[in-house]
Amino acid sequence: MSYTIYNAEKTARIGRLIDHLFANPPQIEADRGVLITESYRLTEGEPIVARRSKAFYHILDNIPITIRPDELIVGSSSVAPRGAQVFPEYSFEWMEAELDTVSTRSADPFQISEETKARLREAYRYWKGRTTSELATSYMAPEAICAIRHNIFTVGNYYYNGVGHVSVQYDKVLKIGYRGIRREAEEALAKLSISDSDYAKRHHFLEAVIRSCDAAILYARRYANLAAEQAANCNDDKRRRELEQIAENCRRVPENGAENFWEACQSFWFVQMLLQVESSGHSVSPGRFDQYMYPYYKKDMDTGRITPEFAQELIDCVWVKLNDLCKVRDAASAEGFAGYSMFQNLIVGGQDKHGKDATNDLSFMCLQASMHVMLPGPSLSVRLWNGTPHDLRIKAAELTRTGIGLPAYYNDEVIIPALISRGLTTEDARNYCIIGCVEPQCPGKTEGWHDAAFFNMCRVVELVFHNGMDDGEMVGIPTGDVTQMTTFEEFFEAYKKQTEYLVSLMVNADNAIDVAHAERCPLPFQSSMLDDCIGRGLPAQSGGAVYNFTGPQGFGVANMADAFYAIKGLVFEQHKFSMAELKAALDHNFGYGTVDPADVEKVTAEIVKGLVDGGQQVDAATVAQIAKIVSENTLNAADRERYRAIKQMIDEMPKFGNDIPEVDEFARRAAGCYSYAVEKYDNPRGGTYQAGLYPVSANVPLGAQTGATPDGRLAYEPVADGVSPSAGKDANGPTAAATSVSRLDHFNASNGTLYNMKFHPSALAGRAGLENFASLIHTFFDKKGSHVQFNVVSRETLLDAQAHPEQYKSLVVRVAGYSALFTTLSRSLQDDIIRRTEQAGF
Amino acid sequence: MEQDIRNVRGRIADIQRFSLHDGPGIRTIVFLKGCRFRCRWCCNPEMQSYDIQTMMMNGVPKTVGRDVTVGEVIREVVKDRDFFWRSGGGLTLSGGECLSQPEFAIALLKAAKDEGLNTAIESTAFASYDDVIGKVLPNLDTYLMDIKHMDRAKHEAYIGHPNDLVLKNAKKIAVNAKRLIIRVPTVPGFNDTPEEIGAIARFAASLPNVEELHLLPYHRLGQDKYTWLGREYTLPDILPPTDEHMKMLLRVAEQCGLRCQIGG
Repeated sequence: MSYTIYNAEKTARIGRLIDHLFANPPQIEADRGVLITESYRLTEGEPIVARRSKAFYHILDNIPITIRPDELIVGSSSVAPRGAQVFPEYSFEWMEAELDTVSTRSADPFQISEETKARLREAYRYWKGRTTSELATSYMAPEAICAIRHNIFTVGNYYYNGVGHVSVQYDKVLKIGYRGIRREAEEALAKLSISDSDYAKRHHFLEAVIRSCDAAILYARRYANLAAEQAANCNDDKRRRELEQIAENCRRVPENGAENFWEACQSFWFVQMLLQVESSGHSVSPGRFDQYMYPYYKKDMDTGRITPEFAQELIDCVWVKLNDLCKVRDAASAEGFAGYSMFQNLIVGGQDKHGKDATNDLSFMCLQASMHVMLPGPSLSVRLWNGTPHDLRIKAAELTRTGIGLPAYYNDEVIIPALISRGLTTEDARNYCIIGCVEPQCPGKTEGWHDAAFFNMCRVVELVFHNGMDDGEMVGIPTGDVTQMTTFEEFFEAYKKQTEYLVSLMVNADNAIDVAHAERCPLPFQSSMLDDCIGRGLPAQSGGAVYNFTGPQGFGVANMADAFYAIKGLVFEQHKFSMAELKAALDHNFGYGTVDPADVEKVTAEIVKGLVDGGQQVDAATVAQIAKIVSENTLNAADRERYRAIKQMIDEMPKFGNDIPEVDEFARRAAGCYSYAVEKYDNPRGGTYQAGLYPVSANVPLGAQTGATPDGRLAYEPVADGVSPSAGKDANGPTAAATSVSRLDHFNASNGTLYNMKFHPSALAGRAGLENFASLIHTFFDKKGSHVQFNVVSRETLLDAQAHPEQYKSLVVRVAGYSALFTTLSRSLQDDIIRRTEQAGF
Repeated sequence: MEQDIRNVRGRIADIQRFSLHDGPGIRTIVFLKGCRFRCRWCCNPEMQSYDIQTMMMNGVPKTVGRDVTVGEVIREVVKDRDFFWRSGGGLTLSGGECLSQPEFAIALLKAAKDEGLNTAIESTAFASYDDVIGKVLPNLDTYLMDIKHMDRAKHEAYIGHPNDLVLKNAKKIAVNAKRLIIRVPTVPGFNDTPEEIGAIARFAASLPNVEELHLLPYHRLGQDKYTWLGREYTLPDILPPTDEHMKMLLRVAEQCGLRCQIGG
């Protein structure tokens, strides 16, 4: 396919739309929560799929609608910009408990009015005992609940929320509209015989699909009427004509197939937004937008109906709208998914289903749109393969250079065979898109459950060191007393067995939640756009989709690699210290944060004084409590020094991320321990498990629940990010680090791996910088890396690092001939580097 | 013969992978110890002496200099072969002055060529043409040559040696090297006037086959190293040239007809 690169300018409208969107902090609105409760109260006793579709219809018939100033693409799930609706059918207790603190919490705060709180409290009275999370809990094994309580893994994402993580048949809606999908459901209904064994279920499901299509059509018509009404009252000729066209568009789509590019954009947006009104699941991913939108763009270009400039503006408008959606998470999850992110992944480039390059004009326009809006949404991705045009690599590098962390890069040469190995057809694998963070799937055919859990490998090693016990409770299984182990392989075997057991608990928990979603929250609207739900007469939540997966993520690969290498070398080969000593060192956090027994009184007094100085009342019981905690943390000086020396020896061992094959092999083994354990299992939808290796941003909060680990990591520090080396441990530069990361089995971790590289912009300056950067990615992909994304360190980051050095301990910059930790440099040198960042002046 | 080259020993300060500014593409730089120049702005002062030294980096001792064989260096360099291949990069010898260890430098370049790598050196050309430079060129793809000043006395005052040999060698290298790029460290108070830069640019343009000139703005990023070495930094008060000034000098340099750029 050929392409033209237009590089159209950003219009003033886009700036105004963004200003309007971000003028105020996001807020919570009660309407959806109240409307679904009203509907559920009226449909008690009916089949769940009917109740879901009736509730969806009731919501879309009554939820307030609004057209924001300057919009060309309309449809907002909340009246306030970036407002969040609530979804009590999944869970509500956390939200009820946090209603008064959600506006002041540190991660992702939301404003909420007293009236909204009151309306929600009233609605919540209905939901006790009726949510998916409560049903899931009742389905879980006690051992699994125990492991969750001990933070071995978390299944919180789908436990408390909708699943999302889907890419539907946008192309189908664009082509035949909901009227066409409705007709398919009617035809399927007509073929049923009332004596069929599964008649009741199929019948109700297909009726729910029809009702959901009607709801979407009705909702668009409400927008058509609103736009027409506003047009009639509009004094500005230009805006009046726009509103008239919006009214016309909303009367036609998504009910019918789109006739032109503007209609296609509008139709796309209704699909995207309504999916996120039906369910609270995030990572609802537009997928291959440049592919399914292209016929409408091409037709308009060929007939001279549209200019590239206006096509760009429409795409920019869609980009802004993708940032208009917001979701409230509980306070703990908000830390793990910080940044109000919706993970709506949109991908360009790559191969078509015949294996030919699919890059087109829109691929470039999508990259351009992200440069225009400079917003986190959509999560823009680029597919690369050996047939990718050089122009696309360079355009993508230009976007990376802006420093917004987009796009993420994906390797067709790894992902396509990995998906085929999981049972996809070659054509479907070639058509993959990315869901959420890094998870590949075939769009329109998959219920992938891609973000099923986070599994903390570091917690497993803690259990190994305590023979399955944690905090006085048996959480794992007994895998032997580590102090009696005589070979490294014995220790590794214990780790492997412990992992296998804990993975089986995680599978139990995920399957419990899976069944709860099927029983309490089927999604007929979403299922109407997933092949082959209509044919099978089943919602996706019950196995209606062609492909079904469950993908839980493991993280801590680098920590485990470094830990294994250190234990093997220092304990079993060089005999520098024993397993008993290492265990004691870990239990005492390598001698850090402990108190000398002689100082208990003094330290206690200091803490009490601090509290009193801070204006707190301290009674005798509190003092006794503090003294008790302090005395539990005592350590004599000799032990302290020994434990610190052990950490020193570990720190000096070679680490993952430096192109040392022997260490990197342990990363592969650690990752394999997890991913081979995971892939053995089946899920309740008739599909299989597949592992991913990435933590989103959960490596920080989940690290805070993790004790010291044998890689020298201190207690509560972050666990390594994704498959990246531990922070600051990759000392040989990006080519060495990338080579190490490429040694993992990226084929096997088919639910996605995440590699985060940090760059100073000087590395990308000028055309030569872009070329070198593109070559770096190209080579990493030659070596069979699967994914990479880049944080380009901006001037603002460096200024912030000057102001808050404690938060940037591992920020590496390049100084004449050597790399240095930014925060250790003198102030004047730091200023020089900041100046150099500006000079790179793109 | 092959094995002989690989056994040649030399003294290096460092090997740095993923270098982007010293020759085309993604490169690995090998820093050789020793240089006869004492440029007062030098950002690698720990590489000037051939001796193995200890730098006290914020109280932490760091040894600079280790003796290695050509084979050991090449084993490290070829690790990034795939990155070189995609980017057109390769090996760059720098320092110090890589020609101050002629046998080692010649063997390194020959061994790199035997591995099929692209090669470059970053050099002052302050060496015997017949004995050293002429023997380097057959295995060299890009010569990045510093010319710091056209005035003999000023060159001697800031660098410790006059510029006669450098300029004489430049003419021979231009004729015989595959590709010669002239690089000018642009140092305020030393050579940052339009007249001084213009003189260097005109000289560069007069050399046959030379097409490119790079103006490298002075920076202070090596300043701490002088303290760590217990040495005095004799240019403590000058500031890096401003962007506007560099752009003005770039326009001056461009008048001589070469392709000019700021930075490497």
